[in-house]
Amino acid sequence: MQERPPDPPVPASDDARLVAALRRGKEEAFLALVRRHQTSMLRVASAFVSSAAVAEEVVQEAWLGVLHGLDGFQGRSSLRSWIFGILTNCARSRGVRESRSAPFSSFTAPEEDEPIVDPSRFLGADHPRWPGHWASPPEQWAEEKLANKETLEFVRQAIAELPPAQNQVITLRDVEGWTSTETCEALGLSEANQRVLLHRARSKVRARVEQSMQGGSQ
Amino acid sequence: MTPQTASDLACRELVQLVSDYLEGVLPAAERDQFEQHIASCPGCDVYLRQMRELVRVSGRIAVGAPQPEPPPELLRMFAVWKTERAE
Repeated sequence: MQERPPDPPVPASDDARLVAALRRGKEEAFLALVRRHQTSMLRVASAFVSSAAVAEEVVQEAWLGVLHGLDGFQGRSSLRSWIFGILTNCARSRGVRESRSAPFSSFTAPEEDEPIVDPSRFLGADHPRWPGHWASPPEQWAEEKLANKETLEFVRQAIAELPPAQNQVITLRDVEGWTSTETCEALGLSEANQRVLLHRARSKVRARVEQSMQGGSQ
Repeated sequence: MTPQTASDLACRELVQLVSDYLEGVLPAAERDQFEQHIASCPGCDVYLRQMRELVRVSGRIAVGAPQPEPPPELLRMFAVWKTERAE
């Protein structure tokens, strides 16, 4: 254990102000934090548990953890990382408890699964000139379609339907914009495992968007 | 149709490497092979672009989300915590 400095180090100014106000019991500071992070926290929690109602309970539990842990916040990480660290701990334990008690089929979608691109999209390994090359290459997506609300909602839904570990990684990395280091720490993953999960997640969502862009089944 | 390049990385293999490429973790030799392939293969070029576009669209999910008012039970929880702390 390293020797502690006499006073907690001063974090980024906004964090410092909020933490100081919270320690004094200022409700406005708590409200400001909740407004700032609640939506993200619900989204992150939802990637770990089975329903929106449970995600709300997890987030509430995390806020309680934040308040009770406040005096231990040293400002070594940003306030945001610290809060989300507490959240992902709560969400992980809840997710584990749920998966133990859930019916076998409902929460055990396989993480090791089919090829990330349909093999029939490629020419066979025995093709005389172009083995393994595209038989049916992807087509460019129209910018206006990509920018519309329906696509956004479609992507959100496709992410929500991924197996839990893939959902968690893509939610933290691509939706919330966390770094790979932050994501690995929060999920207890190695960098390599995190990349495998991210790759599967993105590949599947890409395939779903491709289907929808071509007017296929959604 | 994809012209056969000296690197000989098949499209089927390239799609497996896209995230490693975007994460910047491909070793230099593989990265060069990857980039040479992309430069000469319209199909893989589109595939890579789509993966980048997807990351961008995913990031917009968080940006556009509404900020709801804090639920009343959180405020009650805060009040209890504050009282306990003052004791």
